[in-house]
Amino acid sequence: MSIQVILAQALLGLNVGVFYAMLSLGLAVIFGLLNIINFAHGAMYMLGAFIALIGYSFLEKWLGVSIQIGFWASLVIVPLLVGLLGVLIERFLLRRLYELDHIYGLLLTFGITLILQGLFSNYFNVSGTPYPGQPESLSGVVNLGFMYFPTYRLFAIVVSLIVCFATWFFIEHTKLGSRLRAGVENPDLTQAFGLNVPLMVTLTFAFGAGLAGLAGVLAAPIYSVSPLMGADLIIVVFAVVVIGGMGSIMGAILSGLALGLIEGLTKVFYPPAASTVIFFLMVLVLLFRPAGLFGKEK
Amino acid sequence: MTNRILFMLMLIGGLTAPLFAYPVFVMDLLCFALFACAFNLLLGYAGLLSFGHAAFFGGAAYITGYVTKEWGFSPLLGILAGTGFTLVLGGIFGFLAIRRQGIYFAMVTLALAQIVYFLALQMPFTGGENGLQGIPRGELFGFIDLNHSLTMYYFVFTIFLIGFGIIYRTIHSPFGEVLQAIRENESRALSLGYDVERFKLLAFVISATLAGLAGATKAIVFQFAALTNAHWQTSGEVILMTLVGGLGTVFGPVVGAITVGALSHELSAFGSWVQVILGTIFVVCVMVFRRGIVGEVLRLVNRKKD
Repeated sequence: MSIQVILAQALLGLNVGVFYAMLSLGLAVIFGLLNIINFAHGAMYMLGAFIALIGYSFLEKWLGVSIQIGFWASLVIVPLLVGLLGVLIERFLLRRLYELDHIYGLLLTFGITLILQGLFSNYFNVSGTPYPGQPESLSGVVNLGFMYFPTYRLFAIVVSLIVCFATWFFIEHTKLGSRLRAGVENPDLTQAFGLNVPLMVTLTFAFGAGLAGLAGVLAAPIYSVSPLMGADLIIVVFAVVVIGGMGSIMGAILSGLALGLIEGLTKVFYPPAASTVIFFLMVLVLLFRPAGLFGKEK
Repeated sequence: MTNRILFMLMLIGGLTAPLFAYPVFVMDLLCFALFACAFNLLLGYAGLLSFGHAAFFGGAAYITGYVTKEWGFSPLLGILAGTGFTLVLGGIFGFLAIRRQGIYFAMVTLALAQIVYFLALQMPFTGGENGLQGIPRGELFGFIDLNHSLTMYYFVFTIFLIGFGIIYRTIHSPFGEVLQAIRENESRALSLGYDVERFKLLAFVISATLAGLAGATKAIVFQFAALTNAHWQTSGEVILMTLVGGLGTVFGPVVGAITVGALSHELSAFGSWVQVILGTIFVVCVMVFRRGIVGEVLRLVNRKKD
């Protein structure tokens, strides 16, 4: 087996890893402030990909006017739209459940997942529709010295990494971020200091949702857009979150990247295990470090 | 008192159901009802949300199907083999999952169940996406032919009653009381000297085993072990059934399974809209109807008494 093959699979794995990282980052941010696991996170990722697809290929047909939302515009508009949906879900549904056991939040978002998934399954093929809107400037391959790699995939990796680390920097090293952390630490006291915690909660949920939407747009040109794309992914991301622990932002990012890499390499060395390797790693982590690699039990 | 009346109603309903409904359909409902009761033991009484119970329901079906089809096991022995398999599997999953609490517990069980799903998809004997087909119904005790649908029906109803009885006894035993104490306040139960982890693990194993019993029976009824039974959506469905019927009530899961089962059956012509409708029911239940059907009824009955 040549080193090229291994490096290629490692990069492809990293490509999956950045999606894991973005999604588990969103889950961790939401969990930190709301203590809720958003099952609909996968559905929001799927929604992001579908809005991009509809904006590019279907809007003209449906509305009968000549309008097309390109990839670059989608990159901005879609996270905002998905974030807006997040605002609605938080304000009108989740907010009423904070007093109850946290599992109700999980169950609610599971119900939302079924609704979104069912809606798109009605109108779109379950096996997937390709997104044709990949910009001309990102087509082709780049020479990385040791191999050729698709430009678009490299672009997706770089953008995701920038977004992940920007989020980390924002939360850990800015004034606004420190307020957010104060809200995580002690919501009542933070509120007493005159900060609008409910607004913070809403915006945080919207931000997490927007992040999932952005990951969806970035994924659309790579994978075919399907109503089930989010559900399959989110369960893996749950395992990633269990492995990394949701105690730290950086932990969520790094475990996402590392596990994507490991999954990619498993495809080279033992392909049948590629879809389960992360779950088995989760078992190992549970056995030897139950709180997760970066975790502190909450 | 209320429980006794409800039990008589269930018994009469179960015995006479084949007179006015298609037996195979009622058997399907019974399997799901047992599945939901087993799930309710865990969530309703121990406060543990497992998102991976499809692994037991679906996994047992494959094992039962395989041993009856390939090794010529009798149906009863086959069901026992499938159930025994989930006993072991439940022990392993439970051991791993109780290391994490609350929301993590749900995620861990979901991820573990996904391993079973992928194994069911990839292993050579399971038939992949087509599932394991052509499972024989065989003969009970060597002389009662289960291919006759009424005989099969009363066999399934007996299994359901046995499973239901075990769950009823578990809930109303000292063990069940401790489980509820753990659900209400885990640290207090711990400080009272109860080995909380052992109670949780045992509850998990009982629940998993009975979920397996339901799945194993379903495989014999339909002569088919389906991949969808091991899918996470089935785990979600059993949660919905329990929630609709009434979490933490003895008869709630039965009512919920019948309601959701009948609804999915009636709506099956609408394709993917069923999912949208089930999702909406999920949201409505969580938002405004958390007691479920039986829970609400019991509340009304108790209010009248006061």
